[in-house]
Amino acid sequence: MLDHHGARGAPHSPSRRLFLRRSSEMAFAAAVAIGSGGALINATEAWGLEVKGLKPETMKTLILVSRDIYPHDRIPDRNYAIAAKPFDEKAAADPKQKDMFEKGVAQLDALAGPGGYFGLGWEADRVALLHRIADTPMFEAVRSTLVVSLYNQKEIWPIFGYEGESFSKGGYIHRGFDDLDWL
Amino acid sequence: MTAKFDLNDGNVVVIIGSGAGGGTLGNELAHKGVKVVILEAGKRYEVSDFINDEWASFAQLAWTDARTTSGTWRVAKNFPNLPAWIVKSVGGTTTHWAGASLRFQPHEFKALTTYGKVAGANLLDWPLTLEELEPYYARAEDRMGVTRTNGLPGLPGNNNFKVFHAGAEKLGYKECNTGHMAINSVERDDRTFCHQTGFCFQGCKWGAKWSTLYTEIPKGEATGNMEVRPESRVLRIEHDDHGKVTAVVYADKDGKQQRQKARVVCVAGNSIESPRILLNSASSKFPDGLANSSGQVGRNYMRHTTGSVYAVFEKPVHMYRGTTMAGVIQDEARHDPSRGFVGGYEFETLSLGIPFMAAFLDPGAWGRSFTSAMDDYPNMAGLWIVGEDMPQENNRITLSPTVKDAFGLPVADVHFDDHPNDAAMRNHAYAQGQRLYDAVGAIRTFPTPPYPSTHNLGTNRMSEKPGDGVVNKWGQTHDIGNLFVSDGSQFTTGGAENPTLTIVTLAIRQAEYIASRMKARAI
Ligand SMILES: Cc1cc2nc3c(=O)[nH]c(=O)nc-3n(C[C@H](O)[C@H](O)[C@H](O)COP(=O)(O)OP(=O)(O)OC[C@H]3O[C@@H](n4cnc5c(N)ncnc54)[C@H](O)[C@@H]3O)c2cc1C
Ligand code: SF4
Repeated sequence: MLDHHGARGAPHSPSRRLFLRRSSEMAFAAAVAIGSGGALINATEAWGLEVKGLKPETMKTLILVSRDIYPHDRIPDRNYAIAAKPFDEKAAADPKQKDMFEKGVAQLDALAGPGGYFGLGWEADRVALLHRIADTPMFEAVRSTLVVSLYNQKEIWPIFGYEGESFSKGGYIHRGFDDLDWL
Repeated sequence: MTAKFDLNDGNVVVIIGSGAGGGTLGNELAHKGVKVVILEAGKRYEVSDFINDEWASFAQLAWTDARTTSGTWRVAKNFPNLPAWIVKSVGGTTTHWAGASLRFQPHEFKALTTYGKVAGANLLDWPLTLEELEPYYARAEDRMGVTRTNGLPGLPGNNNFKVFHAGAEKLGYKECNTGHMAINSVERDDRTFCHQTGFCFQGCKWGAKWSTLYTEIPKGEATGNMEVRPESRVLRIEHDDHGKVTAVVYADKDGKQQRQKARVVCVAGNSIESPRILLNSASSKFPDGLANSSGQVGRNYMRHTTGSVYAVFEKPVHMYRGTTMAGVIQDEARHDPSRGFVGGYEFETLSLGIPFMAAFLDPGAWGRSFTSAMDDYPNMAGLWIVGEDMPQENNRITLSPTVKDAFGLPVADVHFDDHPNDAAMRNHAYAQGQRLYDAVGAIRTFPTPPYPSTHNLGTNRMSEKPGDGVVNKWGQTHDIGNLFVSDGSQFTTGGAENPTLTIVTLAIRQAEYIASRMKARAI
């Protein structure tokens, strides 16, 4: 089973421990409310997400599933919600997709027991469930979408220390292409 | 002045594809006074259109039309519809390429003689030697402005190179430098020098990197002898009763079919589309496809033994800053069977941005082991392995029995199984790459699997005897005198080196042959 330090005992850079853990534990269930129109609302991070194709509860679960698949403690829920939007869009456009997501999340809830997926307070316990469904088309659809819809958000690149577009700044020829001095 | 030729002008040489092979051949022929029409499936972009953004650039330039995969290679599992990362645009894959330009070693033209028979491999010697190619290599290097040749300085080393170089020294490697790169280290050929932008794979917005798009092609057009038709997708090649090719049928930008008459046809669509075009041109006279009496069209598909090693350090590297691949170690490129495999491999520096790193670091992986690696991105260094892989008859391009393209033609299926020699070489290279980074203090290292193929070779191979391959030492098909192959699909074997310099070299040499045969009225 994975613990939240990674399956292969990844060494930690000391700085990472200093970052606030976001809502990847219980907090997420409380932080995201379902509004009257079926929208998901996160008051702390000040964002809302209109849900068109899926049940709001399903979407909420998929956002947490997204974080559990690609957990980055420094990335706020907002970006996971953006990353999960394609699931709702696909469901709105195609009843088969909708069925796949709804059934997949229902399966996760059933596997989790009485409290459902959200009832499992530890990421490690939820990840254990994800491993059990990792061979399903729904899991692969979620993961393969996320790997683009999450990491292609320019807004989060600075969190990874990636500077993106550089032509307009003249390249790195005067901006540190060879500034490494620790060797 | 750009020429404009009539569809019924049967005196033109039609080249299919405008990449490394096709673009170079076109320019060479045009300078010799030969009339050339280049048919290119992709659109024409200019340097200013390039995008410093990995997925957006991929969407702009890459070949994303349907292809299928089969075989045991991991790409078939992770990227079933993307066997290869190659380009569909004027300039072909020379828009995306990194610029590493190394000559083959002498023994690599004699793979069968040097390595002996290798079980399961369809090895063959090239029908030519390094000595024969040397003058053409020299012209190609001059044409492309390859650093460390013709007195051109090397590129400066970036941060990724510094780590690579320090590791190489610790391991006792002697042949490590910032590479032989077709990237201007000084202003040259009316193009500026490398500004260390770090988006070499997305099209160089400075034009510092050689690409046929803004070198060979406009130069060829300026002769008044060459016309490039973008958005012209070749569907098939036609022939007459004598078995000579006579015309090329293509779909124009509106999807309308056109027939361009031709005196000579040169296929340069890269190693997946070139055999596909020949196979899709089957007729009652040539039921197995054009130039396929040997049955070798589409076979012996090679992609180089590749892989990457990324490593995380305690302190920042910022590997993405600066030239993507300006760093090479050549110590392992020798043939030395004591390592447990025949042939050799190169190490080259490599970096990906966050979007591609997420997709390619460990395709399909998820969870904290993966994300903690991503979190350490600023402290990452990376290298790429490129080594000789074994040609195998059953690694091949075939026509899909089920999937058709927008024009109703079967798409290419790309089948690939690793040969045990490939696996042994890759494992050796992973171990050495990890040792290299460990030697300079890596905290974690990642042996990263091969990406969709960037080097695609061998599917219309050169052979002395017509029974062993598709083309002769000039790239002329054994079966049809006025049909040529002008891209990397001619390669008899792959060598350890990145292929493009050799593709350009062969194209320059082929142009001399075609022009002289035309003059002699032999074709
Ligand atoms: C990211 C990346 C990095 C690379 N780095 C290096 C490197 O550092 N060094 C190196 O040596 N090589 C490198 N390569 C490989 C190099 O780009 C190729 O080897 C080279 O461009 C192949 O030349 P080609 O002429 O065979 O085909 P291409 O350059 O791919 O050109 C083929 C052209 O034919 C067109 N075409 C195909 N089918 C049809 C049709 N039916 N009708 C009309 N047109 C058609 C295509 O659209 C394309 O434009 C790299 C490749 C990639 C993707
Ligand atoms: S690093 Fe140099 S060669 Fe690469 S894209 Fe930038 S300017 Fe061009």
